[in-house]
Amino acid sequence: MTFLFNQFVTGLASASSLFLAACGLSIIFGVTRIVNFSHGAFYMLGAYVAVTVTEYLSSSFGFWSGIVFASLFVAAIGALVEMTLLRRIYAAHELLQLLLTFGVTLVVEDLVVLIWGPADLLGRRAPGLNGAFDLFGQPFPTYDLLLIALGPLTLICVELLLRRTRWGVLVRAATQDREMVAALGVNQQWLFTGVFTLGIFLAAFGAALELPREAASHTMDLQIITEVLVVVVIGGLGNVLGTFLAAVIVSELNAFGILVLPKISIILVFLVMALVLVVRPWGLLGRTEAMTRAASGLQIVRWRPLLSRERLLVTGGIVAAALLPLVAGDYALTVASEVLIFMLFAASLHLLVGAGGLVSFGHAAYFGLGAYGAALTLKQLGLPMAAGLVTGPLLGFAGALLFGWFCVRLSGVYFAMLTLAFAQIVWSIAFQWTEVTGGDNGLIGIWPSPWAATAAHFYWLTLALVAAGIALLRVILFSPFGYALRALRDSELRAEAIGLSRHRIQWFAFAIAGAFAALAGALYAFLKGSVFPDDLGIPLSIDGLAMVLLGGVGTVAGGVVGAALYKSLSIWVISHTDYSKLVLGLLIVILVSVFPQGVLGAFSHWRTRHAAGERP
Amino acid sequence: MKSVSALLAGVTLAAALSAVVPASAQDTIKIGEINSYSGLPSFTEPYRKGWQLALEQINAAGGVNGKKLEVISKDDGGKPADAVTAANELVSNDGVVMLAGTFFSNIGLAVSDFAKQKKILFLAAEPLTDAITLAKGNRYTFRLRPSNYEQAAMLAEEAAKLPAKKWATIAPNYEYGQSAVAVFKKLLSAKRPDIEWVGEQWPPQGKIDAGAVAEALAQAQPDAILNVTFGPDLVKFVREGNTRGLFKNRSVVSFLTGEPEYLDPLKDETPEGWIVTGYPWNAVTIPAHAAFLKAYQEKYNDYPRLGSVVGYSTLKAAAAILAKAKSTDSEKLVDAAEGILVETPFGEVTFRNSDHQSTLGAFVGKTALKDGKGTLVDVIYRDGAKYLPPESEVKALRPQD
Repeated sequence: MTFLFNQFVTGLASASSLFLAACGLSIIFGVTRIVNFSHGAFYMLGAYVAVTVTEYLSSSFGFWSGIVFASLFVAAIGALVEMTLLRRIYAAHELLQLLLTFGVTLVVEDLVVLIWGPADLLGRRAPGLNGAFDLFGQPFPTYDLLLIALGPLTLICVELLLRRTRWGVLVRAATQDREMVAALGVNQQWLFTGVFTLGIFLAAFGAALELPREAASHTMDLQIITEVLVVVVIGGLGNVLGTFLAAVIVSELNAFGILVLPKISIILVFLVMALVLVVRPWGLLGRTEAMTRAASGLQIVRWRPLLSRERLLVTGGIVAAALLPLVAGDYALTVASEVLIFMLFAASLHLLVGAGGLVSFGHAAYFGLGAYGAALTLKQLGLPMAAGLVTGPLLGFAGALLFGWFCVRLSGVYFAMLTLAFAQIVWSIAFQWTEVTGGDNGLIGIWPSPWAATAAHFYWLTLALVAAGIALLRVILFSPFGYALRALRDSELRAEAIGLSRHRIQWFAFAIAGAFAALAGALYAFLKGSVFPDDLGIPLSIDGLAMVLLGGVGTVAGGVVGAALYKSLSIWVISHTDYSKLVLGLLIVILVSVFPQGVLGAFSHWRTRHAAGERP
Repeated sequence: MKSVSALLAGVTLAAALSAVVPASAQDTIKIGEINSYSGLPSFTEPYRKGWQLALEQINAAGGVNGKKLEVISKDDGGKPADAVTAANELVSNDGVVMLAGTFFSNIGLAVSDFAKQKKILFLAAEPLTDAITLAKGNRYTFRLRPSNYEQAAMLAEEAAKLPAKKWATIAPNYEYGQSAVAVFKKLLSAKRPDIEWVGEQWPPQGKIDAGAVAEALAQAQPDAILNVTFGPDLVKFVREGNTRGLFKNRSVVSFLTGEPEYLDPLKDETPEGWIVTGYPWNAVTIPAHAAFLKAYQEKYNDYPRLGSVVGYSTLKAAAAILAKAKSTDSEKLVDAAEGILVETPFGEVTFRNSDHQSTLGAFVGKTALKDGKGTLVDVIYRDGAKYLPPESEVKALRPQD
């Protein structure tokens, strides 16, 4: 009995530290609607700066003042990032901030290694609180008591700030209706900067407080960001009390779960999130998302099918691509095949994001399902490659049908997070089910049939399938179904008023997108000769989003162009430098700042302006 | 608009491909090296220093077969798919005669399968999974580091001497952790059938909830604990364990903790009396080590880590294979590698014919705290040859070539 109580109190300490890391994100999320992917990076930066200050500058600062100083320092950096980078793209597609903060994360990851070196840095224990006291016969760390106290204390302070101060009133108003607040004369820019700075301060503070318990390591950001995102969504966006409740629930479930099922930790948060979102679509304490009024004219870009002249050019391009094996070597052909595969992946995601307005954070799950389907067909059933190329997409289609039904009941960020939850659940299954999927050692020996084994033959196969896939996606886009999908994206109310069934159409779009992503995944399995759980992972989903956004989410071919650009860049960069994340991150940040509508969007924008200028 | 997109796509593709011009042939022998330089710099930076030192020494002594040795090194970012791309580039574009390196077990497996497909020699440096030489072994893959089986055998030998009867295990929840625990359990239970396995914990790699896990382990009331966690997880676990008195009056056996990469970050938190595998760089008595230590410290002004030894030995092995084969043909290299003798800082090692596992050993000792830093005491070098998996097991598990 006393053991259970001890376990409960231990769970509370973890809950507090998780809450401290997450509440900053909840505030930022709630007000600015930014998916602040860089929250983890600032958390990590906070840890490193705090170690430096408390260890190496201990003569100038005491332990506690060092922690506060480190948090303020990182908050100042956060404010700088917000003012220079994020402000420029508030008016653009809301997903662009995701891409920008993703670029910032990559940059910070490599910067941290460059500045502080690769080794993990262990800070000291908190002075005065470095021992344990007796709790029902078991030693219990004294520092954990401080954490347990700080969690609710921070919650109370933040709530007071939001409810009793004028600034807090403005922040809450901005959560509900951003444009109206601006119309009433409040300086929206400074409000956002203030919110962002507060959020980053809390993140760095949470990281600094963790120092007596763990070392600062350069993988901290990735480890914390998914947990934090999930906790924030379970609690309900923008609701700090909800975040606290979610942190407590998740930590306690984990603390007791590992007594029964020790292997459950790996999947627990995502299971909880999936359950909560299916039952309460807005999170535990969240409310319906406020209607954001899109800047008029921004989304109304005319999409039209290709003219016959353009069709000729595209066919010419494909023929030229087919002639590549005559001039390029084996390696260039495999790189080209990989780029083509990701063009199909991005095109399928574009159907969801660009045409459907449904941002999916878990699209890689269907890519991975296609890859695993093809691999298992080869290994377990012994069928040739052609069979794998059929069963892979079928498995992806089935998965997308199953998960899509639940996902499309939600919208906005909750939709995105539920797709993430399902993707992580599939990932965990692939990771744990070692007998079938090989676990994290994956499946190897997935090589193409002899007729497609040479680089050139496989390239032609890929080119044929990808070209057919993208063409088919375009046909779907310009079919009545595609128009209905876009209608639902542009104005849900009006579309439903004329009788379009939102759930059915978006569900089917989800399934189609999943099927094409799975085709890309099946080809990928045969290209690499192996399948790993990485192919289902979050980084691949985010890469897909990056490709679509870079190309231009408001254009028809944005996914294709963005994929070609992003994939070629990353292959080239990783082959030529050890600091690939830094270079890639900087490139993304620059591209997003310079081309907020994406590369293709900016190009067509320039073309229209140029053409308009020519008219008398 | 769409013609523009086709054009843009074509241009970016062309730009990317123009950067992959095949390297021109030179009078050097090229070795392709792949590792997770960006993914795990705490291991791979000393590792790189190690093979660069070896390369310098080999070329200063005249190279191999009359030509200088050249190493083309690529980063795989910690992802198996990118490692295969890098391997492909090295083989197709850069004209390397053999591949070497990799750290993570899944990356090692992916590159080993690629090497089998392309029929090129692959010298796996660090991946520890037994699958590389057993269940998924192939003719072209050789592995340098002592495998999970060997390290488990070395630790089980020491563990069997302990009076402890009730054991609990904690390991990261992925293949390395799972197989390390499985092999250790099998070997220890074979030596001591009276042992009871009372508890196990499987924190996700990198996301350990140390307090809850430590409490759960304590609840099982074991006499001894097997630990497989490493890196940041180990640091958290040690801190929580120390504060909660988890290790008081308990023996702890731990994989890898004695390696400087994992021992140094613990500083004054280092637990005492843990039985660990490791590398006591300043207390090695093997004669070949002294020269290596001196050369390394002179060149880099830093002490070597275990990664340094691995990198150095990998390149020495590659050079020795090339010298013995007197050719760069893959089949001749594979034949030369079986049973070859290589000089490493831990003495002479060879690659066993049946599974291509090297006989490189490991140090087993006890952790101790001296001057606020962790160190190893009572250290003995265990020769890998004595702890290899039995030939019957190799025959049963390895796929027919």
